[in-house]
Amino acid sequence: MARRARGMEGTMGAGPPLVSRGQADRAAAMHEPAFALHVEDLTASYASGAVLWDVDMNVPPGVLAAIVGPNGAGKSTLLKCVIGALRPAAGHVYVFGRPYRRQRHRVAYVPQRTSVDWDFPTTALDVVTMGLYGRLGWLRRPGRREADEAHEALALVGMDAFAERQISQLSGGQQQRVFLARALVQDADLYLMDEPFAGVDATTERAIVELLKDLRARGKTVVAVHHDLQTVATYFDWLAILNVRLIAQGPVRDVYTAEHLRAAYGPRVVLLGGASAAEQGSVPAGVDAGATEAAAPGSPDTPERRAAARPPGD
Amino acid sequence: MELAALLGDFTVRTVALGAALVGVVSGVLGSFAVLRQQSLLGDALSHAALPGVCLGFLVAGSRQLAPILAGALISGALAALLVLVLTRTTRIKTDAALGVSLSLFFAVGTVLLTYLQRHQGAAQAGLDAFLFGQAAALVPSDLRVIGTVGGVSLALVALAWKELKVTTFDADFARSLGRPVLALEFGLTVLIAVAVVIGLQLVGVILMVALVIAPAAAARQWVKRLEGMVLLAGVFGAVSGVTGALLSAAVRGLATGPVIVLVASGIVLISLLLAPGRGVLWQLVQATSQRRNLRGHRVLVDLYRLAQDHRDPAYPTEQGMLDAYFGRRSAHVLRRLERRGLVERVRHMPEEGTHWVLTDVGQEQARTLLQPFGERAEGPATRREAPAVRPESEAARREGRA
Amino acid sequence: MSAAVAALQGWLDQPGVTIVLIGALVGIAASLLGAFLVLRRESMLSDAISHSILLGIVMVYLLTGTLDSPLHVVGASLAGLGTVWLTDLLVRSRRVKHDAAIGLVFPALFAAAVLLINVYARDVHLDTDAVLLGEIAFAWLDVVRVFELDVARSLATMLAITLVNLAFVLLLFKELKLATFDPGLATALGLRPVLVGYGLLGLVSVTAVGAFDAVGAILFVAFVIVPPTAAYLLTDRLERMLAYGCLIAIGSSLGGYALARAFDVSIGGAMASATGVFLLLALLLGRHGLVARAWRRRAPEAPPHVGMPAASAPQLDAKTPTSSDGGRA
Repeated sequence: MARRARGMEGTMGAGPPLVSRGQADRAAAMHEPAFALHVEDLTASYASGAVLWDVDMNVPPGVLAAIVGPNGAGKSTLLKCVIGALRPAAGHVYVFGRPYRRQRHRVAYVPQRTSVDWDFPTTALDVVTMGLYGRLGWLRRPGRREADEAHEALALVGMDAFAERQISQLSGGQQQRVFLARALVQDADLYLMDEPFAGVDATTERAIVELLKDLRARGKTVVAVHHDLQTVATYFDWLAILNVRLIAQGPVRDVYTAEHLRAAYGPRVVLLGGASAAEQGSVPAGVDAGATEAAAPGSPDTPERRAAARPPGD
Repeated sequence: MELAALLGDFTVRTVALGAALVGVVSGVLGSFAVLRQQSLLGDALSHAALPGVCLGFLVAGSRQLAPILAGALISGALAALLVLVLTRTTRIKTDAALGVSLSLFFAVGTVLLTYLQRHQGAAQAGLDAFLFGQAAALVPSDLRVIGTVGGVSLALVALAWKELKVTTFDADFARSLGRPVLALEFGLTVLIAVAVVIGLQLVGVILMVALVIAPAAAARQWVKRLEGMVLLAGVFGAVSGVTGALLSAAVRGLATGPVIVLVASGIVLISLLLAPGRGVLWQLVQATSQRRNLRGHRVLVDLYRLAQDHRDPAYPTEQGMLDAYFGRRSAHVLRRLERRGLVERVRHMPEEGTHWVLTDVGQEQARTLLQPFGERAEGPATRREAPAVRPESEAARREGRA
Repeated sequence: MSAAVAALQGWLDQPGVTIVLIGALVGIAASLLGAFLVLRRESMLSDAISHSILLGIVMVYLLTGTLDSPLHVVGASLAGLGTVWLTDLLVRSRRVKHDAAIGLVFPALFAAAVLLINVYARDVHLDTDAVLLGEIAFAWLDVVRVFELDVARSLATMLAITLVNLAFVLLLFKELKLATFDPGLATALGLRPVLVGYGLLGLVSVTAVGAFDAVGAILFVAFVIVPPTAAYLLTDRLERMLAYGCLIAIGSSLGGYALARAFDVSIGGAMASATGVFLLLALLLGRHGLVARAWRRRAPEAPPHVGMPAASAPQLDAKTPTSSDGGRA
């Protein structure tokens, strides 16, 4: 923190007001948490090579955001970098303007359903209670109050009748609902979900969509890795298309274009930077507001603003 | 002792020959165990041999290798069957099933062993040897048994080579070809049990697993084809056996089994570190240089974009700011880029801290990095057509994302 | 000395009591930790650890020249954790699979330990048979004074280790559970699953050292893996799985001792074999056992989880609980 502050002073002293991409964002992010999730220049690699390259992503609060992209595009890796399960090679992640470590209590993470052993000897209620372990901290054990909260969350997903059921006796959709209840019980502001619709039945899929909309209505933010391009436009209102690097992000109606999708998935599309939705007139709200100077505190922020925020010349 | 003198010694020759035989057989069959991710089955099989050893002794009434091997083989097969029953019919996972099988058979084995020792008097003679192996007890008639049994199993592997190969690689595919996969898998398990059992007298119940796994794991590092792997594993097994036998004969007081195991482990270590392409050192160098390149590219591109932002290719950027931008200290990255002539320090503002500027070469490199992104940079992106970006207009690129 | 203490002393002076108590404590200490190992699919690490702690013990012996220094616990724990670390390292290098990595590391360390004994400690009481099989039959001969009681050294050690393990599992129950079930969430909540895992395996090493004298390395493995596995077939609750594991351990100690006396065989071996009897019973009669399975197969409509009557309607906004509330205990 101190290092960063010094860096900025030095630059400021150098002459005309220099407003750079990173700085403007950081100023906005540090002082005014305009983004629920703010990913900055994120680069991550496994031994096999880069899986995320220079990804900038901003998700404003109160949206249902989907991350789509082909297999191996780094979608799950991105979420893992956010929750600190993977150390990126470079870049930063901010949750409501601060590093994840200091915002843990405001984030709920729903891993892929297949990532755990459902033969584990425990009940649905107990799995939901696990969502409260972070709030409890080390050593303290869940009690009556936690059980009540877990029951409530199970009821919200229509699973309270299954509270004492061993988890291997639940269907795939029911297991996914238990995972969602576990996230609900955390009462977070940002929900990170890895493929919440994978392998669930149609009823559960509809139920999850309702749940997501309910979350949005209560001002929560959801960022979900999604795999179904058919439904993405109807389920979500914010979209990020990822394929190692970020192809596009913004409101679904602007980003969900054949061009962008072909850029991520299609075999031989060459998309030139200029021919984008933004230039075609469908400019989302917030662009103009941000197009003036650097970080206007409190202004709704979008990536377009970032692009336009650069002053015409020094 | 001189090598020649060693080899002249009858006992040493017997032991070395036995160790070579055992090494070849366990190397070849161990390859299948390792590839089928059943390495620890070898461990379970060798521990599970103990009750069979005791029963073989009980039946034969004296310490003869053939009935003891037969007993060991039967109890090993039963242990493998127990693992199969537990994993197929209950929710117990493979690791627990192996552990259960290993420890229970061994427990029953110790019970039988103590029973024999206390009630059959003479049993003391040499059954303990099967725990840790006792090379010196090896006699030429034992060699004949080991040679025959080992030779038959190697011949079976050669006969069923095609089938074993496809079963190991893809059991479902083999099933679709109409191969008797279950029978093949069972046969392979029995053959692995054979490999374990013929080594017991030499290496012992506890350490025999190493001779099954180590030569195969080492061979896997050097070759890509199953044929080569199996042959090399046989060679590594024989080398470990002979070297171990000679070393333990040369240095008084060293038990043969542990020396053989340590030699085999040494071969694994060398293979892991040095094997071309797959070796850890090799990979480490590549991974480090890849990470370093990635970071270098990042800083280069950051500098380039900042210059773009200011419409001034020679725009000097303060180092502290690059740190913040980059997310970690950039000094060493910058120094590396400087050595490659991609960036330069700007000296005229000493009180402001170091400033950096891209050289012409650096600008060129940044442009190539950004251009058809991914074509020169690393990453899976290279194979997909990412949208082209005009580096001249960063702003346009940004809008393109929106 | 009060009458109660005298009575207790009289009781402890019977070798059989001491032996059964030691066996039961080894079993309880091992199966408490073993339950988590089995669920983490790391059972075979207990086998690896129980072998390679010999290297730690030998190293400490070579450094200190004594066989009963408390440093042995430290040395053995380091050797145990070293095994785990080396295995992890091999797996992360992605050159060998997890099972092969275990099978490469522990034989090498064990072989090195045996050779060190061969070379430097030939004449010491550290013979390798005892390492594998233990000498529980003579454990009552070696006595230490604890408060006003003469207690077998092994008994005192195992009691201390059992209490430590019990405290660890009780205090960190929820952390262990989450680290085992969903390490991803544990990381996200800041509950350090890797650290918890190393704590668990460290205690496995310590317990192995304690059990070493009493029942030997391989029978220790039986106590780590078999009782929790049997319990796993009996219940769907982690708490009960731990409790049943302990009960099975106690039963095996008693039954094994009786068996060993009847046939004059290795006591440790008989105790470990007895755990197998309990596993067999659980396998046949447990709720996830073969009989239950066959029963369910005959009456497939029995488990109601296939159709989901109450929860099938999307009532996620509905703040009211579902019609059937029977599940709430």
